[in-house]
Amino acid sequence: MTVTPLGIPRRLLEFTLDGEPVRAPEGSTILDACRSAGKDIPTLCQGDTLTPKNACRVCVVEVAGARTLVPACSRTAEAGMEVLTDTERARHSRKVVLELLASSVDLSTTPGVAGWLKEYEAKPDRFGPDAARLNEEPRVDNDLYVRDYDKCILCYKCVDACGDQWQNTFAISVAGRGFDARIAVEHDAPLTDSACVYCGNCIEVCPTGALSFKSEFDMRAAGTWDESAQSETTTVCAYCGVGCNLTLHVQDNEIVKVTSPHDNPVTHGNLCIKGRFGYQHVQNRD
Amino acid sequence: MDLHFGDSKPTDEERAAVDALLGPPESSWEGADRSDADLRWARGGREARERRDLLLPGLHAVNDRIGWISEGALGYLCRRLTVPPAEAYGVATFYAMFSVRPRPSTVLHVCTDLACAAAGAPELCAGVEARLGPGSGVSVERSPCLGLCERAPAALAVRAGDPVRTAVSAPATVAAAVLAATAPDSAPVEPPAAAAVPQAGRDGLVLLSRVGVVDPSSLDDYRAHGGYTALRRAFAIGAAGVIREVTESGLVGRGGAAFPTGRKWQATASQPDRTHYLVCNADESEPGTFKDRVLMEGDPYALVEAMTVAGFAVGARQGYLYLRGEYPRALARLEHALGQARARGLLGDDILGQGYSFDIEIRRGAGAYICGEETALFNSIEGHRGEPRSKPPFPVEKGLFGRPTAENNVETLVNVLPVLTMGAQAYAAVGTGASTGPKLFCVSGSVDRPGVYELPFGATLGELLELAGVREGLRAVLLGGAAGGFVRPDELDIPLTFEGTREAGATLGSGVVLAFDGTVPLPRLLLRIAEFFRDESCGQCVPCRVGTVRQEEALHRIAERRGAAAEPDIALLREVGRTMKDASICGLGQTAWNAVESAIDRLGAYE
Repeated sequence: MTVTPLGIPRRLLEFTLDGEPVRAPEGSTILDACRSAGKDIPTLCQGDTLTPKNACRVCVVEVAGARTLVPACSRTAEAGMEVLTDTERARHSRKVVLELLASSVDLSTTPGVAGWLKEYEAKPDRFGPDAARLNEEPRVDNDLYVRDYDKCILCYKCVDACGDQWQNTFAISVAGRGFDARIAVEHDAPLTDSACVYCGNCIEVCPTGALSFKSEFDMRAAGTWDESAQSETTTVCAYCGVGCNLTLHVQDNEIVKVTSPHDNPVTHGNLCIKGRFGYQHVQNRD
Repeated sequence: MDLHFGDSKPTDEERAAVDALLGPPESSWEGADRSDADLRWARGGREARERRDLLLPGLHAVNDRIGWISEGALGYLCRRLTVPPAEAYGVATFYAMFSVRPRPSTVLHVCTDLACAAAGAPELCAGVEARLGPGSGVSVERSPCLGLCERAPAALAVRAGDPVRTAVSAPATVAAAVLAATAPDSAPVEPPAAAAVPQAGRDGLVLLSRVGVVDPSSLDDYRAHGGYTALRRAFAIGAAGVIREVTESGLVGRGGAAFPTGRKWQATASQPDRTHYLVCNADESEPGTFKDRVLMEGDPYALVEAMTVAGFAVGARQGYLYLRGEYPRALARLEHALGQARARGLLGDDILGQGYSFDIEIRRGAGAYICGEETALFNSIEGHRGEPRSKPPFPVEKGLFGRPTAENNVETLVNVLPVLTMGAQAYAAVGTGASTGPKLFCVSGSVDRPGVYELPFGATLGELLELAGVREGLRAVLLGGAAGGFVRPDELDIPLTFEGTREAGATLGSGVVLAFDGTVPLPRLLLRIAEFFRDESCGQCVPCRVGTVRQEEALHRIAERRGAAAEPDIALLREVGRTMKDASICGLGQTAWNAVESAIDRLGAYE
C-alpha cells in the first residue's frame, strides 16, 4: 500500500506575482509560487531534494522594498509581498550571472543552459580571450565515477548530499576560497583515499555533469553517448529489502547509467553503491 | 557519523599542541592508543560533535606551534573533535594565515594595501623578498591591510613555536622588517597605542579619553578613571532600562551598516529562546581601518565592561569576542584584561553581587575579511567555513549556534559606556539629530599626523583633514575603505555624518579617511582594491566569486588606457558591478564595485 503523506494543512498566503494576485501555502518559496503559476525561472544550484543553498544567483527576482534582488529559490513568500520576476533589473543580473559562469566553467553538459544563454542574450565571450577559467582536468581515479571539476559551478549540492542532508558520509567539502575554491576531499587526495562510499548520490544531484558515471564519461569521450537513443526503465532494486526505485538508462541494450526517482517518498532519489553501480550482473551474458 | 581517517599520524609536537588546547584524549575514539576498554565503550553522538567550535582554535594551536598544518595534525584534531577531515580541510584552506603545505616556521606578512602601497610597500616587499629568499627560514607573504595604516608601510612577523612569537615593524624599512622576521624577540618594542591618537590626553574626548592616560594592563587604573560606572548604572536601571537608554541615545552601529543598536538589542532580548549570545565583532579588516585596534590596545577594559553591559541588556550569559588574527598586541591586552576582570568578580558568576553571570571568550580570526560579515563570523566561530548565511533569518532570531544573537562592532559597544554614564539625552545632544554621539575616524595616507581621531558627528571632511595636517597636492580621499568610495579634493565640505555622506553619494563606512596625493596613479590603487576583493571573496556566490575576477581583469586591461580606449571595458565594469551589487549574497560582493565606480564617476579616473 502506498501512503501519501498529506502533512499539516497550511495557511494560504496572498501576494502579487508580476502584478497578478497569487496564493501560495505558507512556507513555500517564491520559486514554488512561480512554478505553480507557470512562470519559468532559471535555476542551477536549486535541487528538488535539497535545502536551497542559493549560491548561483541565477534565479534572482525583484521584491518591492528590498535593497537587493532576492533568490527566488530560498526566499519564502510573505503575505503582501510584491514580486517582479521579469524586470530589466532581474533579467540583467541573470544575464550577467550566466555570462560569468559560461566564461569560466565548461557548461557543455548542463541541461537547459544553452536555452537560457539565448533567452537572456548572454555573451560570455565579451570578457575576452584571456578571461580566467577554472582549467581543471577530469579526475579519473576509480572505476565508478568521474569528477570533472572544469564543469563545476560550485553549487554545493554534492557537498550537501554527501553531508548532513542525505548521506552523512562527509567525504567532500568546498576547499580554498574565492575563484580558487574547489570541491575536494581532505588534502585533495584521490577519491579512493577518502571517506567516499560510492553511493553516487552526489552524481544524482549534480546539475552540470561535472560528476558523471565512468560509463557516461567514457562514452562521451568516444562520441557514442546519445541520450535520444536511450530508454529509461524504472524498476525495483533487487539487492535488499528496502525496495529503492532504480531508473535504468539503457543504450544499445547496455545499462549506461542508473538514477532514482526524486519523488520516491522513501529514498528521494538516493541509492547505495549496490543500487547505483552494481548492475553488471544484469548484462553479464556469458 | 562514521568518520574515515587516513593513516597519517601527528608528530609529538603536533599532538602536544592540540592536547595543550583540548587536554589529553580520553580514549582511542579521540586519538589515544587503543586499550581493551575502548572496545566495549563508544564515544560519539551529539556530545562528541558539539565541540566543533573548537576547530578554529585547534587549527590555530597547530599553526602557532608548527607553522603549518600537516595531514597528521589535521587528522588528529579531527579525531579529537569528531569532525570529518574533508570539512576540516575545507576550513583550514579557507583562511589566509593557515597553510596546509610545509613552510618555514616564520612568516613575514608585508602589507601591500592602500595606505602602505602609497607609503612604499612595493619597494619594501621587493627589498625584503631579496633578503629573505629560500633558505632564510622566513616565508614572505604579501598581505592585505594589517590595520597599521597610521605607521605605513607595515609588516608583521609571526614565528611558530611554544609560545608563538610576533613582532610588528611599522613604519618598516627593509632592515627593520628583516630584523623582525629573523629575530622577533629582539625587535624594537612597538610604540604605545596612544601614539596612534594624535589627540591623546586632550580634554573633551569621550571614546578615546583613557587611551594614553590609563595603564592598559591595570584594572585599578581603569576604575580610577571612571571604569565600571556604566555597569553599575546598568544594574541599577535593569536590562530594559539599558535598552531604553541606548535606543533613546540614537546610537547606531559603527561597523558600517549603521543599524540602530537599541533596536537590535530589543529584538534579541525579546526572543523567547532562553539561550542568547552576545558577539563582539573585532574582525576589523576593512583596508584603512585601525580604530578598534587602538581602542582594544589602549583601553581594553572599556570593551570588557561594554560587552558585560550589552550581555546584561540582551540576556546573554556568554559573550564571544571575535578578534582578527593579525592583532597580536590587542589579543595579549584583552586576554590579560579578561583574566583580571574574572579574578575581581567583574566577569563570571554573580558579577558585582548582582546575580548576573557572564563570561567572555576570545576567538581569533585567521586572515579572512569576509569573517567581518556578521553571519560569516558565526560560521567561523562554529568551526565552519566563514561563508555568509542567507538572511532572513536574521541574527537576532537565529545567530550564533542558531540562537538569538546581538552582534556589535567594538566602537559601537564602547559607545554604550558614555550613553549610560552621560545619560541618553546628553549623549544624543552630541553630533547631529540623525547621527548622534562621537565618532572615530581612521585618517591615514597623505597627512602629517595620521591616526585615530574622535570628533562629534557633523564635523566636515575638511576639518578632519586639517586636524590631521593634510599635505599639499591632495588628489582624492577614500571614505569608508575599500567598500566605500572616493571623493574629490573640492568636496571637503561634506559633513561626516551618515545622512551627510549619503546625500553626497558617498558612505561613512567604518570611518576610514584615506588621503591620496599623486604618488600612486589612481588606476594602480583601483587595481589594488579589485585584487583585495578577488582575494577575499569567499567564493560562495557567482556574482562575487567570478565578478571580482572579471572586475580585476578589466581594470588590468585599462590600466594604461584613457578616454575612448577605456570606454568598452568601463561599460563592462558597470554591468558586472551592477550585478555584484544587486545579486551577491552579502555586503562584500554588494560593495566590491563601489570604490571603482566612484573613481570612474567622481574622479574621472580614466578620462
